[in-house]
Order: sequence, then structure tokens, then C-alpha cells
Amino acid sequence: MDFLAQADFWRPFFRWLHVVAGIMWIGHLWYFNFTQTPTMPKIPTELRPAVVRYILPEALFWFRWGAMLTLILGLILAWLNGYLLDALKLGIGTHNGRIVAIGWGMWLGIIMWFNVWFIIWPNQKKVIGLTSATPDEVNAARRTAGLASRVNTMLSIPMSYAMIFAPHWYGGMTA
Amino acid sequence: MESLLNNLWATIIAGFVLTVILAIVIRAMA
Repeated sequence: MDFLAQADFWRPFFRWLHVVAGIMWIGHLWYFNFTQTPTMPKIPTELRPAVVRYILPEALFWFRWGAMLTLILGLILAWLNGYLLDALKLGIGTHNGRIVAIGWGMWLGIIMWFNVWFIIWPNQKKVIGLTSATPDEVNAARRTAGLASRVNTMLSIPMSYAMIFAPHWYGGMTA
Repeated sequence: MESLLNNLWATIIAGFVLTVILAIVIRAMA
């Protein structure tokens, strides 16, 4: 079992865990933006509580903890790969295109994680009733959370580009 | 900005436009 002690084994293992957690996160993000939000106005008013009280809290649980796990596993992966600090500096000075690319992907992912935990979740807590709020405050919270969620949907496209491009850019190290 | 974000498809197109810009920036910085 010597191979289990080698970074060579753990690097792809943590990459796989990071991607699985990322699917949990971005899968729910896209569910909210592609399915739930556009469908809500079409649902009869008396049926909407089924979504808000039952589906939404469950989806938000997997969504926010998927985001947390993706970030933590991503930082571990970057550390195992030996480029954590260089990537956080956007690869400046490394002359390594892969580190430039993963650095941009990491920062976009960090911004998205911040949006989840510090904008979307505090506002959604008002929507699902975990935080007490007046009906006006609930409407404002729903709008703010929705806009931050849309920003994350927009950022998920360049984020995934940079993340996937980095380890597959074979010419990047000599670019 | 808010009207763009209220439209799902405009948001997605904006994401792809940002991706093209990012690809150029990454290539230039590499």
C-alpha cells in the first residue's frame, strides 16, 4: 500500500473529490437558475409553498455545503500540486500558463463561494423562514439572492473554462 | 446590469463573452 502514501496517488484522488463536490454545487446552482426560478411564476399560488417549504431548504443545504466542500478540496488540491500561492497570485512571475489559468479559475470560484455563503444563504434564510422578516424584507431578500445566484451562473461559465483548461493545456508551461 | 441578470439567456451569453475575454487574458499573461 506504499502508493497510498505518495502525492502522485492523492493528487488525482483529491481532484476527483473536488470535481464531485463541484457537481453537487454547480448542479444545484443550475437547477435554481434553469429550472426552479423560471418555473415558479407558472406554479399555482397555492402549490408554491411545497417548493419554498420542502424542496428549497433541502436544495439549499446541498448547494451551500457543496460549495464549502468544493472550496476546501480545491485548496487542498492546489496545495498538493504545489501551486497554491502562485495560483492565488494569478501565476504572475511563473511564466506558466497552467498556473495563470488555474489562478483565474480559483479566484472566480472564491468569489462564487463568497456569494453563496455571505449573500445568497443569508437572504434565502429570510425566504425559507429561518430568519424572521417582514413580507417586504422577504421580497427584497428573494431579489438580492436571485441576482447573486444569476451572477454565479454567469461566472460558472468562465470559471469552469479556466479550471478545465488549466490541467489540459499541454503547451501552457512553455507558452 | 440588473435587467441583464433578470434574463437567463442574456446571463448565459454574458458568461460566454466573459469566457472569450478571459481566454485572451490568460493567453496574454502566460
